[in-house]
Amino acid sequence: MAGFDKVVNTYEEAMAGLEDGMTVISGGFGICGIPENLIKEIKKMGTKELTIVSNNCGCDGLGLGILLDDRQIKKMVSSYVGENKLFEEQLLSGVLEVELTPQGTLAEKMRAAGAGIPAFYTATGYGTDIAKGKDVREFNGRKYILEESIPGDFAIVKAWKADRYGNAIYRHTAQNFNPMAATAGKITVMEVEEIVEPGELDPAQIHTPGIYVDRLIQGTFEKRIEIRTVREG
Amino acid sequence: MALSRDQMAIRIARELQDGYYVNLGIGIPTLVANHVPEGMEVMLQSENGLLGMGPYPTEDEVDADLINAGKQTVTTAKGASIFSSAESFAMIRGGHVDLTVLGAFEVDAQGSIASWMIPGKLIKGMGGAMDLVAGADNIIVTMTHADKYGNSKLLPECTLPLTGAGCIKQVLTDLAYLEIYDGKFHLVERAPGVSVEEIIEKTAGELVVPDHVPEMEF
Repeated sequence: MAGFDKVVNTYEEAMAGLEDGMTVISGGFGICGIPENLIKEIKKMGTKELTIVSNNCGCDGLGLGILLDDRQIKKMVSSYVGENKLFEEQLLSGVLEVELTPQGTLAEKMRAAGAGIPAFYTATGYGTDIAKGKDVREFNGRKYILEESIPGDFAIVKAWKADRYGNAIYRHTAQNFNPMAATAGKITVMEVEEIVEPGELDPAQIHTPGIYVDRLIQGTFEKRIEIRTVREG
Repeated sequence: MALSRDQMAIRIARELQDGYYVNLGIGIPTLVANHVPEGMEVMLQSENGLLGMGPYPTEDEVDADLINAGKQTVTTAKGASIFSSAESFAMIRGGHVDLTVLGAFEVDAQGSIASWMIPGKLIKGMGGAMDLVAGADNIIVTMTHADKYGNSKLLPECTLPLTGAGCIKQVLTDLAYLEIYDGKFHLVERAPGVSVEEIIEKTAGELVVPDHVPEMEF
């Protein structure tokens, strides 16, 4: 690795430095646009007591769900976790802690963390259980609650293409939480389907500028579909 | 007769206007997309980051990277755009979406809504529902008027944990179309063949009934 070149060649290198008790922010919505191989590497490393910040927790046997197998996750910060049974078991037995967070607030918590904003006011959740214990302020006659941003020790994201400098483009709705997650890690690790040379991507089309990316690796992806809905052709 | 799910969707579709950006929740709200009036252009927003959702794909078009907020495979409509979750909720919270349609367990006379959690049952999460009800000005809640035991879902005060407080102004049930203001439900229309008495009986929150309550026509 030299200069702006972010490419690493192995998943061991990509996730080096991840330790027990760290906070990991992950991109993905359901199992769309998830960093599949980085998650597999965390499973292989056996890191424990992790706080995972991600909209969902994968499904049984896929995505972040696989980190439940060996109880690697201490706490999940998510908006929706209804997809897997092991999750339900661990939640009910108290092994797993869950902080349910509205989806827009979760996206903003990541975005704010990456932008150096420690907290922000939002109307979302005012008057509900999630507002309990949070500062309330009125602006222009409306009440808002104070939500704190979530910086991560690591951020793991999945993009479609990136150049060696980490300038990245996402494909379709596999973008989702990835651009914000990419900004929010002390160490941001990105895996992509294709790495190209700097200059090959149109600078105006870049979704995530390389400044946010610390390590870049090319992988192959299963890209399973959670709910396959089709119409007659 | 109580409205069918499709009739509920048809009635809601009458609230659409040409050029509307609309977010449709899961269930009956999704059916509204099938009843957009001929010649009207409506753009569907999906909160995972898609504005301009098209129909489900054909078998050949299926793409794992293109899904809706219900995690179903979809396509893009002409003129669609795709963006991040933060951008998606910026347009929701910023009040840029013209109409939001979503389901609920309960709505009360103060316009509060409970739609995401039943204590004692597994909590799956609120997803984007809290953001949607806080961000939109024009929201239609759609649900059955009473549960299967006949208990009203239109209450003086919600009993379940709230999704949002004081944010709902319109409700379409299988029996009636109602507005909420001044801390009361106001009966606007009734389903064909459903009596005003039945609606009064099944509405636990305070209900204002005008002299004439027109029947919906289908």
